Amino acid sequence: MALLEVAALSKEFDGLRALDGVSFTAEEGEILGIIGPNGAGKTTLFNLISGIYPSSAGEINFQGKSILRMKTHQISCLGIGRTFQIVRPFQNLDVETNVLVACGHRFYPSLWKSTGPFRQPEIVKEVQILIERAGLRPYAKQIAKNLPLGFKKRLEIARALALNPHLLLLDEPSAGLRFEESAQLMGLIRQVRDQGIGVLLIEHNMQVVMDLCKRIVVLDHGSKIAEGSPEEIRSNPLVIQAYLGKEA
Amino acid sequence: MISGYLITILIIIVIYAMLAHSLNIITGRAGQISLGHAAFFGIGAYTSAMLYTEAGFPFWISVPMAAVVAGIVGALLGIPCLRVRDDFLAITTMGINFVVEAIFLYIPFFGGAMGIGGINLPKWFGREMTKPEYFILILVVFFLLILMDRRMGRSWIGLAWASIREDEQAAGAMGVDVVRFKVLAFILGSAIAGLAGGFYAHFLTFIMPQNFGFGQSIVVLSMVVFGGIGTRWGPIVGAIILGILPEVSRPIMEYRILIYGVLLLAMMRFQPGGLLGSESILSKVFRRTVYRLSSSE
Repeated sequence: MALLEVAALSKEFDGLRALDGVSFTAEEGEILGIIGPNGAGKTTLFNLISGIYPSSAGEINFQGKSILRMKTHQISCLGIGRTFQIVRPFQNLDVETNVLVACGHRFYPSLWKSTGPFRQPEIVKEVQILIERAGLRPYAKQIAKNLPLGFKKRLEIARALALNPHLLLLDEPSAGLRFEESAQLMGLIRQVRDQGIGVLLIEHNMQVVMDLCKRIVVLDHGSKIAEGSPEEIRSNPLVIQAYLGKEA
Repeated sequence: MISGYLITILIIIVIYAMLAHSLNIITGRAGQISLGHAAFFGIGAYTSAMLYTEAGFPFWISVPMAAVVAGIVGALLGIPCLRVRDDFLAITTMGINFVVEAIFLYIPFFGGAMGIGGINLPKWFGREMTKPEYFILILVVFFLLILMDRRMGRSWIGLAWASIREDEQAAGAMGVDVVRFKVLAFILGSAIAGLAGGFYAHFLTFIMPQNFGFGQSIVVLSMVVFGGIGTRWGPIVGAIILGILPEVSRPIMEYRILIYGVLLLAMMRFQPGGLLGSESILSKVFRRTVYRLSSSE
């Protein structure tokens, strides 16, 4: 059984088909690249999987269970963590508290338990381990809005990992980063994969995608146009056409 | 001995502080703008007044019931409010205020434009409470509410509210049940507003729909914004300053709303976080003074 099965998934916005019958599967411990030109429907796909948008048609199964009608928080509690294309940490909270938020559903399942203090030693310990892994220990008490972009991206990953996910959706993690920052972030993503967590990676940096992914799905104008290994994708005429346009 | 006039002002200020504190839970803590908070203040006042005058319940039951009823109505009205955000939420809550005020005004059961009279101060030890005793009673209740707020701020509920205030979608993606915590904020905020309404009705002894109109909602919102939205003490400081202001400016009473408006504009321009909010001039001056004093020693 695949970790994630997406079948004939479609999404329409007032008549505009942003995603059209997309199907693929993702496995545990695998980094699956999702690429495509701007407007191909990549972020829409993430928003459908994470329950931010309801789908127009199709099916999404996670660990064999349909998540199509679930709310965003229910999906994340099942074990799907995500980051955002434009980083969205809780800007006025410090790094530690940002990560604490994502631990909540495991430690405070009921409303009654939610009245307990959020800074409990066992939770803080777990959060500190995640912050350490993300290389953010010196910035644990910094307010998120004051962090540089690279650290904000790491914070988003640390926050998503606090959900104890089986699947991580990463939306353009290397966008806007310097080469060294990008390399560090890729190291972190590899570590995540080695833990057995499945990763869906949207990325425009082809070097990053080709290095990290064994399998790639290509979207264009909302449809899947190709799927295969980096070598297959690199030489696929439909992909070349989608990126470079038709020869005159 | 404190004069009757002064004790009246003090009681009104504590009731306003309670009301501002309740709005701060919805707007400051959970980040849900509300322009109709006076509706819940009114629901509490009318519940308490009706139970006391029509059903014969004592104050000690009618006022807690005011909180319960306002909390239930807050939950019911909070649910449709969950579907809208930002300016749409502001308009929806404003509409709720107009509807509630109209119900009090046009349904004879609620006394119509004549309002409800004959509500008295509570009795204890076989006699009616004096005003100073009533002041101490509401002060104690308010103190307990502040303690509860302190606990809430440190609890997972407080953190969930903060995450929703920061970014609702990201909070949901981090496993926060946004609907549950938003409704909880509406319930708590409305219930405390209802409690304040109960105290208000028993103090004024006479209430009418105009006491709970849109203007009242704006006054309370001004207090919260003026003092520092989302802070624990800001709304209280706002209630004290804006509560005293009409008394010290009695000669220009007609311009009260104008003064509030100018104050709000000035705050937005120079101190958007409020007197005790982020980037507060007051706290900067305080810190600078402490630093100077400590370095001169």
